[in-house]
Order: sequence, then C-alpha cells, then structure tokens
Amino acid sequence: MDNMFQRSLEDLIKGFRLQLLGESSFISRALEEIRREIKATDLSTKSTALHKLSYLAAIHGVDMSWAAFHAVEVVSSSRFHHKRIGYQAITQSFHDQTSVLLLITNQLRKDLNSVNEYEVSLGLECLSRIGTHDLARDLSPEVFTLLGSSKSFVRKKATGVVLRVFDKYPDAVKVCFKRLVENLETSDPQILSAVVGVFCELASKDPSSCLPLAPEFFKILIESRNNWVLIKVLKIFAKLASVEPRLGKKVAEPICEHMKRTVAKSLVFECVRTVVSSLSDHEAAVKLAVAKIGEFLVEDDPNLKYLGLHALSIAAPKHLWAVLENKEAVVKALSDEDPNVKLEALHLLMAMDSYELCAKSDPLFCNEIIISVLSVCSRNAYEIIVDFNWYVSLLGEMTRIPNCQRGEEIEHQLIDIGMRVGDARPQLVRVSWALLIDPAMLGNLFLHPILSAASWVSGEYVEFAKNPYELVEALVQPRTDLLPPYIRAIYIHSVFKVLVFCLGSYFSAQESSSGSSSTVAFTYESILNLVNVIEIGVWPLSGAYDVEVQERAKNVLGFIGMAKQDIAKKVNLQDNEAEACRVTAFMEDVFSEELGPISANAQEKVFVPDGLELEENLGDLEEICGKFLKPVESDSVPCADKISFSVSNLRIRDQQEASSSSTSLPPKASSSLLAEHRKRHGMYYLTSEKNDPDSNGTPNDYPPANDLASEILLDPLDPKRKAKHRKSRPVVVKLDEGDESRIITSQAKTKQESVTDDESLSRAIQSALLVNKKGKEREAKGIQI
Amino acid sequence: MIHFVLLVSRQGKVRLTKWYSPYTQKERSKVIRELSGVILNRGPKLCNFIEWRGYKVVYKRYASLYFCMCIDAEDNELEVLEIIHHYVEILDRYFGSVCELDLIFHFHKAYYILDELLIAGELQESSKKTVARIISAQDQMVEAAKEEAGSISYIIAQAT
Repeated sequence: MDNMFQRSLEDLIKGFRLQLLGESSFISRALEEIRREIKATDLSTKSTALHKLSYLAAIHGVDMSWAAFHAVEVVSSSRFHHKRIGYQAITQSFHDQTSVLLLITNQLRKDLNSVNEYEVSLGLECLSRIGTHDLARDLSPEVFTLLGSSKSFVRKKATGVVLRVFDKYPDAVKVCFKRLVENLETSDPQILSAVVGVFCELASKDPSSCLPLAPEFFKILIESRNNWVLIKVLKIFAKLASVEPRLGKKVAEPICEHMKRTVAKSLVFECVRTVVSSLSDHEAAVKLAVAKIGEFLVEDDPNLKYLGLHALSIAAPKHLWAVLENKEAVVKALSDEDPNVKLEALHLLMAMDSYELCAKSDPLFCNEIIISVLSVCSRNAYEIIVDFNWYVSLLGEMTRIPNCQRGEEIEHQLIDIGMRVGDARPQLVRVSWALLIDPAMLGNLFLHPILSAASWVSGEYVEFAKNPYELVEALVQPRTDLLPPYIRAIYIHSVFKVLVFCLGSYFSAQESSSGSSSTVAFTYESILNLVNVIEIGVWPLSGAYDVEVQERAKNVLGFIGMAKQDIAKKVNLQDNEAEACRVTAFMEDVFSEELGPISANAQEKVFVPDGLELEENLGDLEEICGKFLKPVESDSVPCADKISFSVSNLRIRDQQEASSSSTSLPPKASSSLLAEHRKRHGMYYLTSEKNDPDSNGTPNDYPPANDLASEILLDPLDPKRKAKHRKSRPVVVKLDEGDESRIITSQAKTKQESVTDDESLSRAIQSALLVNKKGKEREAKGIQI
Repeated sequence: MIHFVLLVSRQGKVRLTKWYSPYTQKERSKVIRELSGVILNRGPKLCNFIEWRGYKVVYKRYASLYFCMCIDAEDNELEVLEIIHHYVEILDRYFGSVCELDLIFHFHKAYYILDELLIAGELQESSKKTVARIISAQDQMVEAAKEEAGSISYIIAQAT
C-alpha cells in the first residue's frame, strides 16, 4: 500500500526541474528516499524506486550498483511492467564484477523459454549487454533454440545476441553456427540484415573463417535491394578480398553496377571505399570510384567533402593520378571553413609525397599548395598541428621542391616553431643541418632566407644537435661565399654559439667527474680540432668588405684566441680550477637565456624611464653624427637591427667598462649623457641606449638585451605578428597532448596572441609606426603603461 | 559497431545515454563531458563527423538536441546518420511531434525504443512500422499488467 504515497518517476523529474535547492542536495535526498523504498517487500514500490534510480544513474551519473540484488528481485516478478524496469536497470548497471550475476541465470533462462515473445526479447536484450562467459555458456542452448524460432522477431534478436555470445564463449560457435548460416537464406530482410551484420563483425575478426560462405554473400550482393544489407555485405567483401584476391575479380562487376545504379550516397560511399581499399588492382572499378569521389568533392555538403577526401587519402598511395585529377578541389578544401575538412585535406597531402606531386604538375599549382598548407597550418599559432616533427620535416621538404618561392614564410615558421615548441627543436636542428650541408641550396636565391633561418636555429638550439662538429663544417663551408653578407653574418654568429656550447660542455665535462648533461663528449684533440676548423673557416672573413661580416668574424676570432689559452691552461690544471673557463662560462651565460616569441605589444609594456625623452626631435642628430648616419625617422630596416644585436652582444673588452660606467650614472643625467653617447658611437646609434646588455641591474630599468635583441631580430614588419593584439593565451600547451613544459621563459615573453586574418604589408608598416607614435604620446601625457 | 549513444541538449544536459561497450561510471562521465564540449562548440555548417580517440563520432542536431553515436573507424558514417534519423523518426511517430520535454519525462520509453532499434551495437530493425508495432504491443502489456495490479481483487490478494 505504500506505493500510493510513493513519488513516481514523473514526480521525481518534475521535482528535479523545479528544484530550488542545489542539484546535488536534491539528488542525495532522492537517493535516501529510494534506498528506503527499495527495501520494501512490495514489488511495485520496489520497481518504482528502481525506476527512479535508473533515471538518476543514466542521466546524472549516480552509481547504482548497490541496488543489484533488488534489480534481480524486481525482474523475478511476473508482471511485464516490472520485468521491463528490472531488465532496464540490469542492462544499465551490471558489469562483469557484479556479484549477483549468478542469480539471474535462472531468471534469464525462464524468460528466454517464455511463451511471451516480449519477455523473450527482454531477456535477449539483457543478455546482449551483460553477457559474461558463464552466462553465455549456460544460455547458449536457449539461444540456439531461439535461432530456429518461428517468430521472426525473436529470431532476429537472437541473431544479434549470438555475436555477444560467440565473443564471450567461443565454444558456442559449434552449436549455433549452422543455424546462423541457415538464416542467411531467409527471405525475411530483417533477419537477413541481422545475420549479415553478425557476419560482418565476425569477418572483421577472422576473415578466413567466413570465406567458405562467400558464394552466399555473393548471391545477396547481386539480389538484394536493401541498402542496409548491401552495405554490410560490401564490408564483408572488403575483408574477404584482402584474404582471397580472386574474389576481387568476381566482385568488382556487381559493385560497379551498384555504384552506377544507386541513389543512396551511403551505398556509393561504401562501394567506393571497398573498391579503393581492397580492390585497388581493378582499373575499371577504380576509375569509376575516383569519378564518384570527384562528384563528392564538389558537393556543398561538408559531410560529402570530408568523406570524399577521406576516400581519396585511402586511394592516394597507389593511385596518385586520382589526386591530380581532383587537385583543384583538394586545394579548395584546404581553405574550407570546416576544420575537419581542412585537416583531412592536409592529411591527404601528407600521405602523398609532395615532391612527387609537384614534379608532375605545374609550378604554379605547387606554390599554391605550399601557400595554402603554410597558411592553414600556422593559423592560430599552429592550432591544428599535432605532430610537429612531421610538420618540420614537411617544411624541410618544401624547400627542396624545385619551384618553391615561399622562402620568407618558411623561414618565419621555422624560427617561430623553434621558439614556441620546445619538443620540436631536435627535429628542427636535424632538418636545418640537412639543409645547411646541401651545397645545392646555396645557389638558389629563393632559398637564402630559409638558410638564414636554418643557421639561426642550429646555433640557437645547438644543444639538441647530435654532432656539432658537422654543424660547424656545414656553416663554414667555402660555398657559403654565395650567400649575401647579412646571411653570412648569421652563419658566423651561429658558429660562435656552437663554439661556446662545445667549449662549455668540454670544460664542464672536465670539471665534474659525473658526466655533464650534454650528450656530446669532447676530447682535447677534438675540441682543438673544432677550434682550428672554425678559425680556418672564419679567418678569411675578417677581411671581408661588409662591416657586419667583418665585425662578427673578428669577434669570433678574438674569442677563439682567448679560448685557446683556456684550453691550453685546462690541460695543465687540476679539475677543480674553475677560473680558466671564466670567459667561456661568461659567454655561455650570454647565450643561455632562451629566446621566446615576443608580442607586438612588448615594446609598449616597457616602462619609459624618467628623463628619457622619446619625442625629442631627432633633427639635431644631423649635427651630432652628420656624415655617418642618414635620418632614422623612417622605420628600422632589419639589417641595421641585426647589426645592433651583434654589437650589443659581442663586446667582450668594452663589456666591463660599459657596465661600470652605466651603473654609476644617475638617471637624471641620462639625456645629456645620451647625447654624448651618441657622439661616441654614432654609427651604432640605434643601440647606444642598449649598450649594456648583460648587466641586469641597471637603474635605468632597460630590459636585458636579449629581449630587445630578439625583438629586433624577429622581423618587425611581419604582418602576421603585427596583427596579434588580442587575448594572450599559452598557445602551444593546446597543441601537443601531454606536453606540460612548453615554454620555459618568463611570462612577458610567452604572451601569445591569436592571429586574425593576414594584413597587407602596408597596413602593418602603418600600424608599426603608430605604435611608436603612441609610445611618445603616452609619455607626453604621463600615462604609465 | 556502435559503442554508445548519447543525447545532449544545447545547454550540455544529458538526456539519454546507452552504452554498448564496457565503460565504468567514471569513464562514462568523463566521456560525456569531453564529447559534449567538442560537439557543442562546433558551428552549424560543419560536417557531422568527428574523429575522437581513434573512434569516430557521428552527430546530428535536431532542434535543441544533439544525437551522437560513437562508431569504429571503419564503419560507414553515412549509414549511422541514417540510423540516427531513423531513430528520430520513430520517436516522432511514437510521441507524435516529439519535443525535448517528451524525452525528459518519458526517457524510459525512449530507451525501450532504442532497444528495439539497436542490439549489441548493430541495427536490428530498419522498418519503422515494425518497431512501432512492437512498442505498442509492449505498452499494451504494461497497461494490462498495471490494470490488474490496480484491481480490487489483486489488492485483496496482496493484503491477505
């Protein structure tokens, strides 16, 4: 009688929707109620309680395994209504470890033998979901009987269950297989589709066992008009044909028939997929399939486009011509708004060897592909790239494509990835080395920007290089004469970084008895050899015409001079003497800080120190440095900035003087001293404010040189970077799964911004100028940034 | 085979879940959270297939509900779209212009219908009429059972 006052499921749901308390407290109250009710002896109460519980479990994820026994009790009721609820609860919550599983065996047996077909179906449903080994073993005779039942409804369900039974209890196969095969010949389409479904799954697991049944399947393939059945049969044949190639010949004909005749896209797709994956030797079939793929690709429906690309990527390895035929569609797909379609197109290109593709098609198309791939991949800071190693090697391959004209973009991406993606650095260094060592690259004008990026990368991340010696050889090879001077300068600087790294690891390996962290071991001979090689390679450049090259070469040679002394001293000294490698350690320090990507707003964030007049008219510059310099109001050119970087960094001798002199400067006197400074270092005016790169505690609060230097080094005119003004988010954390320590540098450097659409170069320059002007305005208004 | 069926509203509320592969309770909630996040963020004109954890998820939006089915990588996605549509049509026929509220209040009926449609992760019944017939027959049985339970004679029998 208590169930008159019991809340039914409807009441529960209504209450839930109207609840004023929190959701979790509502659920816990309801659960308490249910626990009480479910212990009642009255089956109706019990079943309602169970019903409510299964609702909570299904929709709100509440655990209901404690009610397992009660579910069994409810199922034993003779009322259909209760049985249904009970079975549903069981199907939902029972799993292999449920202790009361044994108890339902009997109940299931009773229900499976019942006259009422619906009870039978409930039992079958339940068995299909929770069937364990024991259950399957005990109940397979019943299932066997049901497979031959007169009621098709029951037979159909039994067929479906058979799969589960086979899975859990393989011996049942002996018993039931024959009946199953008999069912193949049935005229009832529903049963047929169920049987075929079972065989489809069986064929995936073990194709050879279903091979003898091939003739029956063939009959079905030819005769059936039911699309569901046909799709399943096609799947079966796909599996069988891979085991038995002769089948392919026979089957190709009917499949082509179907492809031509049918209207249903799903069937067409399945045919295409079968042909392309398993019957790829049959020319006629493949041609037809490719034609159909072409139709898919030009449809508006993104589903079909996606599927077309997918099928094409399966076909691609063997049938490159298929891709060439549809090349416009593929390239269009790269710029589609649906990320899935884009990704699929990208994978397609990746699956093929792009070099091969471009060799066969015209250069314009080549460049088109390259542009699209580059822009798609770099959008939103490489959002879609998951495997950076692959992408980096792809970039390397792109440079090898004969007509590649996208040097700057590739250069930018190589450096960008190096800064943002720590994990890709080893691969980057590998790829860069391959590019650097190749003498053919040096002759190609378009590839020079890429080479400059490659050399920068190898110098910056030399710790990941397997063999720095080879790297050095690549960088000093005589053919680098072909390079323009500003790139040679980068080469020399990279050589410098490599040298510092090698010396550092050599000295630290000497010092610490436990091995240093570097993977490369240096002996005295090898390090001396290295130094000599560099010296020989760089020596001729110290007389070069270009000032940048000369300057850097001289720096390297000077450093080598000191290093040689250190090495010689080292050989004679004990292990604990740390003094000798002071210079090396010092230089290592200079290069040790990691360069990260700089936001376009970084300059604005720098506090303008007191007394620094930014808006002062630079007209009087003329008087100060007249003949040396042209007016500097026009925005900086990359070359000049690179000069400044080298100078600010490599002044070993002037180092001490500069730092000592600057620390003693009171802030207020800075402007007059600035003028004096300008006089002294007129040619290097742009850097004179930043002349003490390594003393970190300057009162003028200039950021360390590496910050500014790297900001300058990165091309400030790059339109994409200028466009990043929005929210800052730690970008590459999203990109690779499971990678925590992506960017190690300080927060200021790791602010990434999302990319909007590409802006034109002119707009970028304008906005760059605007930033400078804004800085001056802000200073004037006394606003602190 | 179909690994699970998930119905999620636009606000991320789960309306129905049916699991054809073993997933623990914790895994289930994790999967639901993940998938709802991915699917609810997709735009309207994008394709209906997602690659997720090595499986494929086919989803379709009907009014404010997303019907999702997770399938193996080698299954035919268009076929699964058909299955989803089939299910929705049957629901429509049964409830008569089904809306989300129907599914909220009669979720168990939605389950029963789904059970008639899919067994062990495969489609078993592709005819809408047959499914409707079976479900109504079962409903009649339930009604009959309830009537009998409510009858006076039964209550007396219980009490004594």
